Amino acid sequence: MNFAVLQFPASNCDQDAVHAVQVLGHRARLVWHKEHSLGDAQAVIVPGGFSYGDYLRCGAIARFSPVMQAVKQFADNGGLVLGICNGFQVLTEAGLLPGALVRNRDLQFHCEYVFLKAATAQSPFTSQIPAEKWLRLPIAHGEGCYYADETTLARLQANQQILWQYCDQQGNLTDRANPNGSLLNIAGVCNERRNVAGLMPHPERACERILGSEDGRLIFEGMIAALEGASRAQAA
Amino acid sequence: MTEPAITPELVAKHNLTPEEYAHAVEILGRTPTYTELGIFSVMWSEHCSYKNTRPLLKTFPTKSPKILVGAGEENAGIIDIGDGLAIAFKIESHNHPSAVEPFQGAATGVGGIVRDIFTMGARPVCAVNSLRFGPITAKGIVSGSVGESVSEEANATDSPSPPHPLTPLPGANGVTQEILNNRRLFAGVVAGIAHYGNCFGIPTIAGEVYFDKTYQGNPLVNAFCLGVLRHEQITRGAAKGVGNPVFYVGPATGRDGLAGAAFASQDLTEESAEQQRGAVQVGDPFMEKLVCEACLELLATGAVAGMQDMGAAGLTCSTCETASRAGTGIEIELDKVPQRAPNMSSYEIMLSESQERMLIVVHKGREEEVKKIFDKWDLPWSEIGVVTDTGRMVVKHGGKVVADIPAKKIADESPVYQREAVEPAYIKEVRAFRLDGVPDTSDPTAVLKRLLAWPSIASKNWVYRQYDHQVRAGSVVLPGSDAAVIRIKSDSLPIVGQPSRLSQTSNERDIDGDRRDACPTKLLAMTVDCNGSYVYLDPYEGAKAAVAEACRNLACSGAIPLGATDNLNMPSPLRPELFWQIKESVRGLAEGCKAFNAPVTGGNCSLYNQSPAGPIDPTPTISVVGLIEKPEHVTTQWFKDEGDAIILLGEPVEGTPLQGLGGSAYLQVIHGIKNGSPPRCDLEVARTLHTTLLGLIQSGLVKSAHDCSEGGLAVALAESCISQLIARDTPKWIGATVDLSAVEQASRLSQTEKDVELDGDRRDACPTRLDALLFGEAQSRVVISCRPLDAVKVVERAKLMGVPAMQIGKVGGDKLAVKTAGGEFSAPLTELHDAWWNSIARAMA
Repeated sequence: MNFAVLQFPASNCDQDAVHAVQVLGHRARLVWHKEHSLGDAQAVIVPGGFSYGDYLRCGAIARFSPVMQAVKQFADNGGLVLGICNGFQVLTEAGLLPGALVRNRDLQFHCEYVFLKAATAQSPFTSQIPAEKWLRLPIAHGEGCYYADETTLARLQANQQILWQYCDQQGNLTDRANPNGSLLNIAGVCNERRNVAGLMPHPERACERILGSEDGRLIFEGMIAALEGASRAQAA
Repeated sequence: MTEPAITPELVAKHNLTPEEYAHAVEILGRTPTYTELGIFSVMWSEHCSYKNTRPLLKTFPTKSPKILVGAGEENAGIIDIGDGLAIAFKIESHNHPSAVEPFQGAATGVGGIVRDIFTMGARPVCAVNSLRFGPITAKGIVSGSVGESVSEEANATDSPSPPHPLTPLPGANGVTQEILNNRRLFAGVVAGIAHYGNCFGIPTIAGEVYFDKTYQGNPLVNAFCLGVLRHEQITRGAAKGVGNPVFYVGPATGRDGLAGAAFASQDLTEESAEQQRGAVQVGDPFMEKLVCEACLELLATGAVAGMQDMGAAGLTCSTCETASRAGTGIEIELDKVPQRAPNMSSYEIMLSESQERMLIVVHKGREEEVKKIFDKWDLPWSEIGVVTDTGRMVVKHGGKVVADIPAKKIADESPVYQREAVEPAYIKEVRAFRLDGVPDTSDPTAVLKRLLAWPSIASKNWVYRQYDHQVRAGSVVLPGSDAAVIRIKSDSLPIVGQPSRLSQTSNERDIDGDRRDACPTKLLAMTVDCNGSYVYLDPYEGAKAAVAEACRNLACSGAIPLGATDNLNMPSPLRPELFWQIKESVRGLAEGCKAFNAPVTGGNCSLYNQSPAGPIDPTPTISVVGLIEKPEHVTTQWFKDEGDAIILLGEPVEGTPLQGLGGSAYLQVIHGIKNGSPPRCDLEVARTLHTTLLGLIQSGLVKSAHDCSEGGLAVALAESCISQLIARDTPKWIGATVDLSAVEQASRLSQTEKDVELDGDRRDACPTRLDALLFGEAQSRVVISCRPLDAVKVVERAKLMGVPAMQIGKVGGDKLAVKTAGGEFSAPLTELHDAWWNSIARAMA
């Protein structure tokens, strides 16, 4: 499969995303933010980092970049898009995902492992996560507190758009397990069509044993399974 | 614009002595212009010229077959790590700016050292820092150290009833204005480092933080960066090739950071905070990221003849040094320098320390490639001058020559001073100190908890959690073990030169298949260490101990030292008794680095670290980088499995009158005493221990290894039980049952043997103290664990190598239980963990 990994000037997890895709045996290509086309990409990763320095608001400027117009079109055509950390912020700013990410409740940057529970298996991003398996993934953000108004939250719940929630080692959605104050312990969501998703934790930093966790693979493997399913269907 | 006339007062204001000024006049053959005076002032500041320390620095071991770029040659040293790969690393201080403006001071400290690394052509892949502040808690503060005028009572009495360490700090109770200020500086520095490193995208992977009254008002901020490159990618900071154009790249020059290098070379005064704020630069990590990526992309084209960052002394230093290194001259026009503020004088433009700027010498005819790449990254650039054959640094502004100085002379002929060194009077008191008036411990559990909660020993999770320590997907051992370990892989390297591909207008780079195979994975371990109290009490032994501890941390992680970088944080060199501290420290560092085969590849001197309260403890921090041969050799400090055997490697108790308690955390925290000769550091013993431990690790026999340092054996055991972290708020504890009665027996025997050899100190009169056994800080000790079946083999192999070794217990349970000849004590891990893990967060809440 061919992944496109966006590269904003201050993306700093772009190479990590490329590396993770390669570890999983697939191809990834960096696409510069001034580009208008995603080429032959079958899936897009909007990686972590600070896009344009993010002095204004995380992702606030990135949404206006040429490459994001291409991503919007790609998403409108049903293409798979995953935003990680800053990429999640960019996707909410761009209106591709509901809600917003605000300062962590203790106002500090947090870099630590968290446990994640997949709230549903019904998405290309969670389909490969076994039931009762809590993912152990690192987070690294200062603005990861998920916020949405009540109507939006209700809609997210009704449509099963909440994909991941922070939990403790036993899978309980406790307040202590919530690193940033996100509403409903939300760590990641998808759009209504379920082809665009974003999450604050970094699955690309957890794809190899030597790094301490391989749980991140499950998210990418879900995307790959969906792409392979689609290309098989096309062939048939 | 009229420039001020050069008067003796103006010269003095520029920190130039009359002799130095006379030398400047001699070099020029005339009176300097105002701009030239500024240039001489910064170039001959300690920060840029090392005028007071150069003779000492020459004593460092700097040679090894692995060294590709040696100390002092360039912005950072470079060491071969095999397979055509190399690493560039260096540590640098930003103490004075951080004292005045902690957030920006620390942030720009990170920015400066990162630039030093990519200037060498390397991709920066990790950052480390070493920090010192005044106390952040009211309890456990040493009321005074020897040498200060402190009343006898304050020194000798124990605080009557220590509060339970788990009690949160009562708001104002005992929390003075100084403590609040120390917390402000600590929080600001950590936030500044986090801001810069996180945004730039470099993992801040290791570090150390100590709190001591000596650093009140003069915090220390030492930032380290390591980068990776291929041998053929090494870039020089030399203005080579007469006629080559000189480019200025990066944001416009402003009035910020005017003459920061000169400021860094003065004592901090009461007025510093108000007056010097303009000398602190403002950092922009986003800009740094762009400049770094653009420079690495540009280097890959081969269009660059030389590159130098504009760090301390900005445009002045970068032009002088590049010309001096190449033996050429350089001519620049200030009108072409991008300027942020209107009407800047030539003096201001030359001395500004605006951040994230680079000076790049480009091969003539390849200017277009430079422009194209910097336009791609939307970076300001300007062609400001040319390389000449005159050997002079010529600066023009408004059609006039404002400076014309022989480049080599100002860069290389800076004054050198052989300062006088006299042993300070307090050292005699230190040597004479005995434990006679110090009662032995009667409640080891309470002492252990207080030590674990002491901010200098307590977990630094409040700090490193704010640093992104996993970006770049290479962090193998995270902060919180003896040394951090990172993995080097293909994308750790700067891109390779493929001009054809780079010049594609699409800007797309295909990264797959073929290029990945070019780089075998490498594992690097790194640590930074220095116990300033030891160094104050005995600079030579203390500095040796700093190197030994750094190398011990590497050995515990499974690494062999490759090289070191040092940061001498020292008080004024002008007072003979303070210069003695500097001299003795350097002697210790040099011997240590020699013993462990860790040549010094560069470093930094920060002198004049003193506030109105007095000089800081001499703090020669040393960072050592090591190589781990195979992934399976990576070892962490925490116990792994129930039933594993716990083995102590090394002599359990020091056979000296102080039994390893001199300068110890125990004496400081429990008895309020900072006195006594620190533990002796026998480098031969240390080397044998490290080699032996490494051999055991490489044979697959060691499951955990943790060195004994501050707080001694008891703290090392406790940390081995409680320091593993699974995830947020999810520690993994595993208890231990330890029997030290046999150890006491053995150490008593070995002491008696030594008594025969050593005269003078009568040791038969002082049997092993319980506090020395548990909390003494004898050097060269490591607590390891192994499979129960391997225990005998491990002990025998260690002894065969000449390392004392003894099984002292077993892993398991939910408490740390310790038996000694005199009795038993135990503490639930929940309590130990809480004291250790939450202490700093509570102070900072």
